[in-house]
Amino acid sequence: MAIEVRIPTILRTYTGGAKSVEGAGDTLSALLTDLDSKYSGLRGRLITEQGGLHRFVNIYVNDEDVRFLGSLDAKLNDGDNVTILPAVAGGAFGFAAAAAMLGRSTAPVR
Amino acid sequence: MSRYESLLEAAGDTPLVGLPRLSPAVPEGAPPVRLWAKLEDRNPTGSIKDRAALFMVREAERAGRLRPGDTILEPTSGNTGISLAMVAKLRGYRLVCVMPENVSAERAQLLRMYGAEIIFSPAAGGSNQAVAKAKQIAAEHPDWVMLFQYGNPDNARAHYETTGPELLRDLPTITHFVAGLGTTGTLMGTGRYLREKVPGIEIIAAEPRYGELVYGLRNIDEGYVPELYDASVLTRRFSVGTQDAVLRTRQLVEVEGIFAGFSSGAILHAALAVAHQAVKEGTRADVAFVIADGGWKYLTTGAYGGTLAEAEEALDGQLWA
Repeated sequence: MAIEVRIPTILRTYTGGAKSVEGAGDTLSALLTDLDSKYSGLRGRLITEQGGLHRFVNIYVNDEDVRFLGSLDAKLNDGDNVTILPAVAGGAFGFAAAAAMLGRSTAPVR
Repeated sequence: MSRYESLLEAAGDTPLVGLPRLSPAVPEGAPPVRLWAKLEDRNPTGSIKDRAALFMVREAERAGRLRPGDTILEPTSGNTGISLAMVAKLRGYRLVCVMPENVSAERAQLLRMYGAEIIFSPAAGGSNQAVAKAKQIAAEHPDWVMLFQYGNPDNARAHYETTGPELLRDLPTITHFVAGLGTTGTLMGTGRYLREKVPGIEIIAAEPRYGELVYGLRNIDEGYVPELYDASVLTRRFSVGTQDAVLRTRQLVEVEGIFAGFSSGAILHAALAVAHQAVKEGTRADVAFVIADGGWKYLTTGAYGGTLAEAEEALDGQLWA
């Protein structure tokens, strides 16, 4: 069962530079485990130590946010497209600059 | 009523128009599935941001955070800067906008016409340079007031108090509300209001998926989630790519005569997805979505003509929503 997974620039160090890789699994969790067997360390960049999706990672199945589809339990089917993206607000420039001016950190809230 | 004491009072109360040609056809006898566009480009400066700018300024005045003659500082290259510039002019404030020097010349020209001053941050170095510049400015001017639209609850409240009630008044049968996800203010405010009033309503986010350059963070920990964002207000969230957004933006003007910016095309794409699903399931749907601004400010991108691939190339690396 082949699922195409699009990898963002900052995580391509794990995929030997590949923009897109193939994986298998009937849930998102199973897919990430499968990918980690080929691209060691990738899963750890997406999942926190507590086992949830990293706050600044968004994953989409066929363009829909998995957080509204059951998160790691989201069901996958053959031919689905999965896209991984870092969280960047529209107008990220404004947000980054504004946060800096207020002396707020944009580091993850733990 | 269409007479107002000043331009500020003319903000909001925008038309909601049906889209009979873009709404999907349903089989005979099946419940109707209809699309409705809320024309936020009809606001005083031509975008939905007038609502948030006006509300944030008024509430800051009420709280004593803004006093006559104060300077408002806003890091933005977008519609919020234009809205704030108009509000600041009419309410007697000075506005300083910080923006990357690679924004379009007409954007800077428009802001200056409205009376804003501009401080450019270097284009090279991306957001890290912008952050460094922003820190420097804040340190040099501790008395300047920043409204911080990403974390200011009055941004969302503007929509709780105005956009939400307008939608319910004009479309009591509303089943879905679709808007863009930037600061998240529109979705949080309108979404909360509609959820309180309409059991079972779906609140759907359309998030622009930009070209790769925009996501060029050094690592995941440098990502941003606006402080206003509360995922529990939403029921679904779609990522919309550049080509889909451009295709729908063109359809809006070609099929329904609505000349909108690309974020509105992304929103329509998500609205059509839920509308087609309703047709498939045979359920009634009144899907209201936001036209965030007109297309005028984006014409020089060249993305309204040529093939979709050419348009995607023209918009690559740009924050088109």
